[in-house]
Amino acid sequence: MIPAAFDYTRPSGVDEAVGALRDGGEDAKVLAGGQSLIPMLRMRLASPTTVVDLGDVTEMRGVRDDGDALVIGAMTTHDEILHDPLVHEHAPLIAQATETVADRQVRHLGTFGGSLAHADPAGDLPSVASALDATFEVAGPSGRRSVPASEFFVDYLTTVLEPDDLLVSVRVPKLTGWGTHYEKFNRVAQAWALVGVAAAVRRSNGSVAEARVALTNMGPTPVRAYGVEDALTGTAATEDSLAAAAQRAADGAEPSSDPSASAEYRMHLATVLTRRALQAAGGA
Amino acid sequence: MTVTEEPHTGEVGRDRHRKEDARLITGRTMWTENLSLPGMMHLAILRSPMAHARITNVDVSPALRMSGVAEAFTGRDVADLQGAMPCVWPPSDDTVLPAYPPLAVDEVRHTGEPVAVVAARDRASALDALEAIEVDYEPLPVVLDMEAALADGADLVHADQGTNRCFTWTLDSAAAGTGDDARRAEADAEVLVKRRYIQQRLIPAFMEPRSVVVDPTGEQITVWSATQVPHILRLLLAMSTGMPEHKIRVIAPDVGGGFGGKLQVTPEEFIAFAAARKFGRPVKFVESRSETMLSGHHGRDQIQDITVSARNDGTVTGLSVDLKVNMGAYLGIITPGIPLLGAFMFNGIYRFPAYRFDCTGVFTNTTKTDAYRGAGRPEATFAIERMMDDLAAELDMDPLEVRRKNWIEHDQFPYATAAGLTYDSGDYAAATDRAMDLFGYHDLRREQRERREAGDRVQLGIGVSTYTEMCGLAPSRILGQLRYAAGGWENASVRMLPTGKVEVVTGTSPHGQGHETAWSQIAADQLGVPFDDVEVLHGDTRTSHKGLDTYGSRSLAVGGIALVNACRKVVDKARPVAAHLLECDPSDLEFVDGAYRVKGSPGSAKTLADCALAVFSSHDLPEGVESSLDADATYDPENFSYPHGTHLCATEVDTETGRVSIRSYVAVDDVGRVINPMIVEGQVHGGVAQGIAQALFEEAVYDDDGNLLTGTFVDYTIPSSADLPAIVTDRTETPALEHPLGAKGVGEAGTIASTPAVVNAVVDALRHLGVSDVRMPCTPERVWRAIQDARDGAAHVAHEGGERP
Repeated sequence: MIPAAFDYTRPSGVDEAVGALRDGGEDAKVLAGGQSLIPMLRMRLASPTTVVDLGDVTEMRGVRDDGDALVIGAMTTHDEILHDPLVHEHAPLIAQATETVADRQVRHLGTFGGSLAHADPAGDLPSVASALDATFEVAGPSGRRSVPASEFFVDYLTTVLEPDDLLVSVRVPKLTGWGTHYEKFNRVAQAWALVGVAAAVRRSNGSVAEARVALTNMGPTPVRAYGVEDALTGTAATEDSLAAAAQRAADGAEPSSDPSASAEYRMHLATVLTRRALQAAGGA
Repeated sequence: MTVTEEPHTGEVGRDRHRKEDARLITGRTMWTENLSLPGMMHLAILRSPMAHARITNVDVSPALRMSGVAEAFTGRDVADLQGAMPCVWPPSDDTVLPAYPPLAVDEVRHTGEPVAVVAARDRASALDALEAIEVDYEPLPVVLDMEAALADGADLVHADQGTNRCFTWTLDSAAAGTGDDARRAEADAEVLVKRRYIQQRLIPAFMEPRSVVVDPTGEQITVWSATQVPHILRLLLAMSTGMPEHKIRVIAPDVGGGFGGKLQVTPEEFIAFAAARKFGRPVKFVESRSETMLSGHHGRDQIQDITVSARNDGTVTGLSVDLKVNMGAYLGIITPGIPLLGAFMFNGIYRFPAYRFDCTGVFTNTTKTDAYRGAGRPEATFAIERMMDDLAAELDMDPLEVRRKNWIEHDQFPYATAAGLTYDSGDYAAATDRAMDLFGYHDLRREQRERREAGDRVQLGIGVSTYTEMCGLAPSRILGQLRYAAGGWENASVRMLPTGKVEVVTGTSPHGQGHETAWSQIAADQLGVPFDDVEVLHGDTRTSHKGLDTYGSRSLAVGGIALVNACRKVVDKARPVAAHLLECDPSDLEFVDGAYRVKGSPGSAKTLADCALAVFSSHDLPEGVESSLDADATYDPENFSYPHGTHLCATEVDTETGRVSIRSYVAVDDVGRVINPMIVEGQVHGGVAQGIAQALFEEAVYDDDGNLLTGTFVDYTIPSSADLPAIVTDRTETPALEHPLGAKGVGEAGTIASTPAVVNAVVDALRHLGVSDVRMPCTPERVWRAIQDARDGAAHVAHEGGERP
């Protein structure tokens, strides 16, 4: 299909982009890598009046070291993330999940920030950002602000971003001495996750000192499995204790049913995949 | 003059790279969508969002006021011009043939049915304008489930027909005199196994969407279409619209796949044809992928109730099939005939003494079904091959042992089956033995036992499919008996050019199969000319004036014989010319490697090229010889050909998640003598992939209101290479007796064989847990539920198929 007509603007800086969004009003849409927006335009599920293309906003690209954290530009592509040594060293969970995103073509165009701002609960990166306690740097008409991951995702395809807000970068605390794993389960290789589990475990003397677990596609937003984390903290990192904690993965989750999987099955998968993710991240 | 001096070696059997690949793979060729004509208008079609509704009002005037829009019309506006969509295969006298206007006039009966058309100067303007059209629908009851549709008092898809039953058709071996009474066999059976298998609905996913361009400005109206069937399209356009046949020219340029999905004459083609005639200007319609999914015809969709009678030692004594087949809302070109193509195949390779087949076609408010790769035969093969595994399980025998006990032995050919066909040749044991070797059958069985005993989380399953199929559609005599409206012959012509080069004209219509290469190989051998000296022309009713196109693995099995016969006529026609040039008697000549040689005097020879030049100049021809070596042949087969083979699949099933992974896959096929092994291997690979897709991945799903939930590739999950196994292929070669080259057909074999092999492997991995069936596609959730249900001791999701997902 062919998108409906829209105005197009291509700013070269963050402030200019925010201005363009403000001028575009309620119906302005940000174009990052276009891997979600373009299909929605073509199927006419979205018909914005203005599209603000961030392709020239170079300050939003790349990964930099900022002491105890990495700052990842929202326009950094998945492929750039995959080849970034800082990400591999300090945030391997992001690389592990990014590797499972769609296919090579999509990863060359799609962006880290675009995936997060799109907030598809079946996307892999929102749960990863949640598990990593990332902070979202947002620029708006009244200046810049930081939003923690726990507050960023509001509902299905909905974040705290206002129509004239822009996600500029994401601040990811370095995890030193942690084991991480992203366990994804999908029908075919290029598909979205039926369920995914992002897990990070810090062990100390054979016990779990800290654990963070977040689930993909188990509700309208990424779900932090606090029950699992609580059950794990302080226990021995044995197969049995990891498995016992994983049984709580779906507690309180309200996944949807669709032709690919029922809610009941997703609840079951969440426990199995959480156990596997924990074993990979912090098993004995 | 010079002729290409290349010593002739046999082309048939050689791995020739396909001559069409460079242009097809790079896309640098003429697809219908590439075509642009002066003054051409672009059509967009408004489709019904309702599965069943009366159209009370359509107002296209807001669309007409939009920028770039030239015309807009409704079904009512073209009611007299548009013709009616034809169905050429009513299986019975009382087959219900409902009216099927290309553009709906009063009522819509499935989502996606065309309701109004916009013609604009560009495609974007036409699409924009669709949104302005106002349609009022009065909803009518929606019927989706086949059994509900057949129940008394069911809501009707076609109220004027008084029933949702399209037809019933029976084949009874006792009545036909081809075997015993299957009902009696049931009564006398020592073992009776009854199963219900569900063939889910599939959507053909050819690469190039359906596209059509119509130019009404010449003496002939010219139609370019991404179709498998240009000749049939011309004929049916003429018969349906009243436009004289000779005033229509149809061209299928390079066509990007079909899989049966383009064995159709489509409402979109008819709408474009009507629009071009109405406006006197060229028009183009190119569908979106969403339109393909929604309104291109679908495939499969059967409920199969199968009963096998057997003795305790595993010998089968009878087979009964009760089939319900979803027609959809309308009948496409051969919608009701598809299950008949399966009717002769449910008995497979086995010596069933008694056979009964009852089939009911059912209308529902869904997109019509029609041919999809294998068309009737994959469904039949699935049922019998699943059943042979279930029979083996019932008798606690190895699935291969049951098959060996019952299959037709090599020395029993030709074999007349209870279904009424005569299989000419085959060697099922040879193919099976080879497949078992390549597969490591016994080692895998040992590993399976070990994993079962250890209670491994991941269990191993082994699936068997020993299939045959009928291809080479088709003997016209049989088609007539089955009430198919046309014949099954094929045509070929050979034109000898003055320089000795050759043009082959074929009535087959390749859309990815590689006919240009294979036909060149055949002609090169038959005429003794170099491969590169042959050009194959097809797909244009102006050059290829006669043909029945490509489907049903018929092109080589029927069209290939026509080509061989035409070549032989050329050789015969040139013989007196060569004799004249050599000053000898024609009977003294033998034709070897492209040259006529005087027997016993190998030094004197004239090539076919020498004769072609002599005939071109015609200065000195023998008395009574016409100035042409060209020849034309039409071949009507006496029988089908029967490829067969053994496919073995090993699956690993994660019992915690239900995920199925294919660990190894072996396909040993016997497709007779092979023209180009590389093409054959490609067909097997693609066919196996498509069959695996049905087993594990694909399903068209409607919601309760008749909306297609799987309208994009996000929801309709087609596997990619990442989801498919490495496929080990090999062949045995039992020549087809009635084909001069011994060739059978290979276009559908992989699809037909593979689906039951995979599902059998899934079930085999789980039988010891109490699972006896998993409905296709065997999604992780369905497999997981089957395990849960078995563990809970509940009735298996099994035989009743269970509820989605």
